[in-house]
Amino acid sequence: MLLNALLLALGEIRRNLMRSFLTLLGIVIGVAAVITMVTLGNGATRMVAEQISSLGSNLILLRPGQRLGPGRGSLGAPSFKKEDVEAIRSQISGVQEVAPSVAIGATLVAGNNNWTSSINGTSNAYLSTGNWQLEAGRGFLEEEERAGKSVCILGDTVRQELFGNHSPLGDAVRVKGFSCQIIGLLAAKGQGAMGMNQDDLVLMPLKTVQRRLSGNQDISTILIGLRDGVEASSAMQRIRSLMRERRKLDEKEDDDFNMMDTRQIAATLSGTISTMTGLLGAVAAVSLLVGGIGIMNIMLVSVTERTREIGIRLAIGALEHEVLLQFLIEAVVLSAIGGLLGILLALAACVGLASLMGLPFLFDPAINLMAFGFSASIGVIFGFMPARRAAQLDPIEALRHE
Amino acid sequence: MSTRSIAGTGSIAGAGSLSESATPLIQLRGVSKTYGQGQAAFLALKGVDLSIDRGDFVAIMGPSGSGKSTAMNILGCLDRPSAGEYLFQGIPVQLLERNQRALLRRYTMGFVFQGFNLLPRTSALENVELPLLYRGVAARQRHVAARAALERVGLTGWESHSPAELSGGQLQRVAIARAIVSQPLMLLADEPTGNLDTQRSHEVMELLAELNQDQGISVIMVTHEAEMAAHARRIVHFRDGQVARDEIKEPAPCC
Ligand SMILES: Nc1ncnc2c1ncn2[C@@H]1O[C@H](COP(=O)(O)OP(=O)(O)OP(=O)(O)O)[C@@H](O)[C@H]1O
Ligand SMILES: [Mg+2]
Repeated sequence: MLLNALLLALGEIRRNLMRSFLTLLGIVIGVAAVITMVTLGNGATRMVAEQISSLGSNLILLRPGQRLGPGRGSLGAPSFKKEDVEAIRSQISGVQEVAPSVAIGATLVAGNNNWTSSINGTSNAYLSTGNWQLEAGRGFLEEEERAGKSVCILGDTVRQELFGNHSPLGDAVRVKGFSCQIIGLLAAKGQGAMGMNQDDLVLMPLKTVQRRLSGNQDISTILIGLRDGVEASSAMQRIRSLMRERRKLDEKEDDDFNMMDTRQIAATLSGTISTMTGLLGAVAAVSLLVGGIGIMNIMLVSVTERTREIGIRLAIGALEHEVLLQFLIEAVVLSAIGGLLGILLALAACVGLASLMGLPFLFDPAINLMAFGFSASIGVIFGFMPARRAAQLDPIEALRHE
Repeated sequence: MSTRSIAGTGSIAGAGSLSESATPLIQLRGVSKTYGQGQAAFLALKGVDLSIDRGDFVAIMGPSGSGKSTAMNILGCLDRPSAGEYLFQGIPVQLLERNQRALLRRYTMGFVFQGFNLLPRTSALENVELPLLYRGVAARQRHVAARAALERVGLTGWESHSPAELSGGQLQRVAIARAIVSQPLMLLADEPTGNLDTQRSHEVMELLAELNQDQGISVIMVTHEAEMAAHARRIVHFRDGQVARDEIKEPAPCC
């Protein structure tokens, strides 16, 4: 009897190709949309987490100026000096390394190529605080930092733009009329969390940039790497009181500098991303619902015809449960095929889109199961319920149905 | 399905023994049928008493709206009387459950509907096979039997056509093939020649007479044409939901 019902159901699916196809389509689209969106959202979340860890753990950025609010930019607030860096390094406990940074935009020339990038005046400590690896060459020597020698370390983008694929170690680039020897190359980091290119930078000793490019002693950012296990908030507290003291702020005055730690950035970013994932999920849920309503519609529209069909079968001597089994199998087969096609489509879309958008592809069995389960139950419920009502009629009533 | 119900219908469907032939195949006792409720209620059958013997060939005639189809539906267990008793081989049908009535239809009856009622987008062959499918007949035997039934109604070569591709007369013959394919105990045909020309109509009548004579299938058919009714042994005239006249030309063969 089960075999009979299965054959009948498959026969019906084949016979009503258009209806079957539309039902299938509703399920496929709903399932594929939900799985794709949630999977990509998960990938984005994961990518942001990875990028945040690439920033280096437990890093504090110290900048002049108040952080937020209109008209409270860093204008007017005095920059930091070399002595501030020294003071933080020597007086704050729990500090691993401190790197000064002043960034100037400038055009670099090598042979026939030129490229405008950000020249970062800093020290060797920048490499470890910023979690940079050297692809080749070396960092700054103490001697080079102290004397402000014309040496530089190129980011991956700058290297590619100026030198293509050949290694420029030992070559020179020209920056604003002085020539600078390339001593190291940074390993590529890829896109940053905000979508900016992290590899488009050049490092030079702080003194070199101050003397040759900025023309003053200012430091615009101090990067402070904390030792493992040190509380960022208490370290920030200590740095704050030190800076207030050094900048001679009295008690009524607000801070004229601000601090951010990477954990805080991380928290903000992952909050944003998970909101976005939630939003995508909601959009996807709506498409699943729309797919579901589509299925419902098709099933209900075909009710008249199906009721007559059920009447014929009952009149010929089919039992109620035989008819129901046939319709149930039909609905289950359609829903299951639709669900599986939806999952396959979603996987293909996810793999394609993930590589296109540079996101990692994370397979999430839970969302696959959930989307499949939801649309399959809609298919089964709405394929089955009208049939159940019809099968309970007297055959003659089912036959008369209009 | 349960074995109990098979056993039950098995005895109903069993080849006619002498003791069974003593009970009429069909007995209607004061059968009424009301359509609708309240103000709109319409009494389509008003206390019909009718007894039909096994192996008989009965024509039912009467003006349109006289309740012929209504009576046929009740005889075919497709509908239930509002009042009165229907005994099929002595079994009170109104006491049977839905599934038991379905099994009765499956194993003992063939029905030709006035409106054919074939499955759409389904080949003639598959339509004809349907009753055998519910009887659990194996695929190969189903094909053979369905082809044979289509051949008997002159539709060889049309097996793979769907209802939409067939003429009214052809549809009618597919419906007849479907009703006779399972060699039922009783064949109920509501205007089986309604869409056929005289030539075809007589062929169908001869087919019904043949089934009745050679295979002992009891045939009850509705017709408007006296010419066709003449093929039957007995003619029951309906008028206003009642039996107006009962013409027995020759007795049923077995009694
Ligand atoms: N489902 C129904 N609801 C209400 N009234 C009905 C229904 N079916 C039939 N009737 C009425 O019952 C009466 C008998 O109908 P029935 O179909 O039995 O007539 P008939 O003798 O078969 O007529 P015809 O020769 O035209 O087929 C008709 O007056 C019809 O209007
Ligand atoms: Mg009628």
